[in-house]
Amino acid sequence: MGDLWNTIVSFVTENPIVLALYKSVLIAVVLLIYVAYVILADRKIWAAVQLRRGPNVVGPWGLWQSFADFIKFALKEPIIPDTANKSVFLFAPFLMATLSIAAWAVVPVSSDGWVVANINVGILYIFALSSLGVYGVIMGGWASNSKYPFLSALRSAAQMVSYEVSIGFVIITVLLCAGSLNLTDIVNAQNTKYGMLGWYWLRLLPMFVIFFVSALAETNRPPFDLVEAESELVAGFMIEYSATPYVLFMLAEYVAIVTMCALLTILFFGGWLPPVNVAPFTWIPGVVWFALKVSFFFFFFAMVKAFVPRYRYDQLMRLGWKVFLPLSLAMVVIVAATVEFWPSAALAN
Amino acid sequence: MAAVFFYLFSVVLIASAFVVITARNPVHSVLFLILAFCNGAGLFLLQGAEFLAMILIVVYVGAVAVLFLFVVMMLDVDFAELKQGFQKYLPAGAAVGAVVLFELAFVAVNWQSAPTAHEAAAVPILAQVTNTAALGEVLYTKYVIFSQVSALVLLTAMIGAIVLTLRHRPNVKRQNIEEQNSRTAKSVVELKKVPSRAGV
Repeated sequence: MGDLWNTIVSFVTENPIVLALYKSVLIAVVLLIYVAYVILADRKIWAAVQLRRGPNVVGPWGLWQSFADFIKFALKEPIIPDTANKSVFLFAPFLMATLSIAAWAVVPVSSDGWVVANINVGILYIFALSSLGVYGVIMGGWASNSKYPFLSALRSAAQMVSYEVSIGFVIITVLLCAGSLNLTDIVNAQNTKYGMLGWYWLRLLPMFVIFFVSALAETNRPPFDLVEAESELVAGFMIEYSATPYVLFMLAEYVAIVTMCALLTILFFGGWLPPVNVAPFTWIPGVVWFALKVSFFFFFFAMVKAFVPRYRYDQLMRLGWKVFLPLSLAMVVIVAATVEFWPSAALAN
Repeated sequence: MAAVFFYLFSVVLIASAFVVITARNPVHSVLFLILAFCNGAGLFLLQGAEFLAMILIVVYVGAVAVLFLFVVMMLDVDFAELKQGFQKYLPAGAAVGAVVLFELAFVAVNWQSAPTAHEAAAVPILAQVTNTAALGEVLYTKYVIFSQVSALVLLTAMIGAIVLTLRHRPNVKRQNIEEQNSRTAKSVVELKKVPSRAGV
C-alpha cells in the first residue's frame, strides 16, 4: 500500500503536466464546494440581518441547500427562446463560467508553490480574464433577442467597463509598492516585521476602499446590482435563461465574487501571511489564513448587500468616472513619487 | 508541444479572421474578431511575450472590441438593402482592394529589417529580467519621447471625439447631485397637524 502511494506521488510530481492537471482539478473542486457554501452563507447572512432564518430545511441548518438547488436546476428543461441566436445564447453562460474559474489558475493560496501557474504577469492575467467576463453579459443579452435583456446587457457592460478603469489604477499603485506583477511576490513584499500593519491595506488605505467598492460594482453585487435590476428590467440580461445555462451564470457570478475577495486578500491583506509574526499564529498553515481572509471579505460583501440601498444608474456612473477615477489617478502619481523619492516609507521592510 | 499550440493558434486565427469578413451577421463578425485577438495573444505567449499577450487581451478585447460590439449590436442592419448596391459599388471596391493589395505586396517585397535588429536578436534574453521590466526600461528611457507623443496623439483624439459629440441642449432634465445631497429632512419634510375629519 505504501509502495503504491509512493509510486503515485512520484509519478505526479515528476510529470509537470500531470502535476498541473492534478492541481487544476483540486483547486476547481475545492473552489466549487467553497462557492456552494458561500452562496448559502450569503443567504444566511442576509436572512439574519432581516431577522429571518434563511434556508434551514435541506440538511442540518440547511447545509445541503446549494446542492439541492443545483440538482433542481440541472434536472430542469433548459428553455431556448424561438428567435434566440442559439449558438451564442448557449455559449455565453459557458464562457462566463469557464473564465471565472480559469482566473484561479494563478491565485497563490499559500507559500511554496501552492499555485497552479506561478506566472510573471499573474495580476494582468486575472485582470484580462475579468475584462473578458463582459462578453458573457453582452452575448447573453444580445442572443436572447428580447428588449429587456438587451437593454440591461448594454448598461451592465458599460458598468463593468467603467469600474475596470479604477480597478486598473488601484492595481498599479499596489504594483508600484510591490515592484512585481507576480501574485506570490506581491504577498511576499507585504511580509514585514510589522505584521498586519505592514500589509498594503494600511499603507494604501484609500486605494483599499476604492478597490473594495469597485469590486462590488465589477461583480454586480448590491448596491450596484443594476445588472439584475429587478425593479425596472425584470431580471437583467438573464431573463430568458433557465435551468443549466442559468446556473452557469449564477456560478460564474459567485466565483467572480470569491475571486475578488481573493484579490483583496492578496493585494491588500497579505495573502497567506499570519496577522502577527509570533508563535501561535505562525503554526496555522498559510492556506487556512488565506481561506479565513477570503471568507472575511465575503462576509463584508454579504453585509453590504443586506445594508446598503441600491444606487441609481447615473449615481453609479458618476461615482466611477468622477470620483474614483480622479482619486485613483492622483494616488498613482503620489505613490509613484513616494516610491521614487522616499523609498524607505513606501517599501518598509 | 509548442509547435502543436503554434499551429492550433495560427489555424484558428486565420480561420476566424476569414469568418470575420464572410459572416452574414455583423455581431458574429465582431465575435470572431475577438476570437482572432485571443489567438493572437496565444501566439505572443508562445514567443514569451507574456506582457504583450495580456495587454492585447485587456486593451483590444476588453475595451476596444466591447465598443465595437456596442455599435454593431445597435445598428439596425437590413441585409437585403445592404446587398442591393453590390454590382454598382463593385468597381470602386475592387479598385480600393487592388490598391491595398499592391501596397501590401510592395511592402512585402521591399521588406528590410534594420541592421541593428540582427544584433539585438542575437543577444539572448536575460532570464532574470521579466518582460514587463525590460519593456518599461526601454519605453521610459530610450523611447520616452515616442511613448509620450503617442500618448498625446491618443489624448487629442479623445478630446476631439468629446468635443464633436458634447452638446449642451436646453430643456433636458439633469440630475443635480449637489442639490440632491444637500437636502436635509428639515428642509424637505413638512409636518402638519391634521385635525380629524377636517383634512389639510
